Amino acid sequence: MDNNLLTQIVFYFFAVLTVGSAAVVVFARSLIRSAFALLFTFFGVAALYVFLGADFLAATQMVIYVGGILVLLLFGVMLTHKLYDLNLKSETFQVLPAVMAVLCAFGILSTSMLHTRWHGGGQSPAVPTTAVIGELLMRDYILPFEAASILLLVALIGAAMIVRRRSE
Amino acid sequence: MIGLSHYLVISAALFSLGIMGVLTRKNAVNVLMGIELILNSANINLVAFSKYSAGNISGQIFAIFVIVIAAAEAAVGLSIILSMYRIVKTVNLDRADTLKG
Repeated sequence: MDNNLLTQIVFYFFAVLTVGSAAVVVFARSLIRSAFALLFTFFGVAALYVFLGADFLAATQMVIYVGGILVLLLFGVMLTHKLYDLNLKSETFQVLPAVMAVLCAFGILSTSMLHTRWHGGGQSPAVPTTAVIGELLMRDYILPFEAASILLLVALIGAAMIVRRRSE
Repeated sequence: MIGLSHYLVISAALFSLGIMGVLTRKNAVNVLMGIELILNSANINLVAFSKYSAGNISGQIFAIFVIVIAAAEAAVGLSIILSMYRIVKTVNLDRADTLKG
C-alpha cells in the first residue's frame, strides 16, 4: 500500500513536470527557454513511458527526441538568428481566439475521454519489451519498417536538397 | 490507482498546448516545437491504450513509427525554415506573405 502511494506521488510529479514544461514551451518569451523546457517535456514523456511499461520506447524517446530532434531545433534557433541578437524573442499573435479554441478543444477531449467506457482488455504485465518489439518489427511489421527506412532516406536527401546553395 | 484516464488527460493537455503553440507563435521554430508536443501526446495515447485496452504491445510499434515520422518532419521542416530565412531574412511567419494576394 505504501509502495502504491509512492508510485502515485512519482507519477503525479512526472505528469506535472510534463504538462508544466509544455506550458513553458508554449508561453515563454525566449526561444532558448522554450527549447530547454522542451527538454523537460520529452524527459517527462519518457518517464510516463516507463510507467506504462514501455522501456524500449522510453530509451528511444531519450535518444531520438532529446539527442536528435531537440539538438536539431536548437540548430534551427541558432542558425536563423544573428549571434549578436541577444533577445531571441518570439512574438505571439491571435492569442485570444487561440485560447478560446484550445480551451474548447481541451474540454471536449477530456470530457469525452473521461466519459467513454473504454474496452478494458487485460493489463499487459510489465516485462522487458525490446526483444518482442524487435521480433514484431522483423516479422509482422516488416513492410512499414522498410517504408519508414525509405521515408527517412527521402527526408535526408530532400532536406539536404532544400538547404543547398543554388549556384546561379 | 493510476488508470487509463490519467494518461488520456495528460495527453489531451499536451495536445491542447501544442495547438496553442502552433496557433499563437510567430516564430517558425516555435511552431515546430508545438508540432512535436502534438506528436508526443499522440504517442502517449498509443502506448496507454496498448497497455490498458489492447493488452499487447502493437501500440508501441505504432509509437516507434510516429517517432520516425517526427524525426523526418523536424529535418524537412527545419530545412524549409532555413531556406526561408535565406530568402526573406526572417523566420516570422506573418512576414512570409509572398503568396498572399
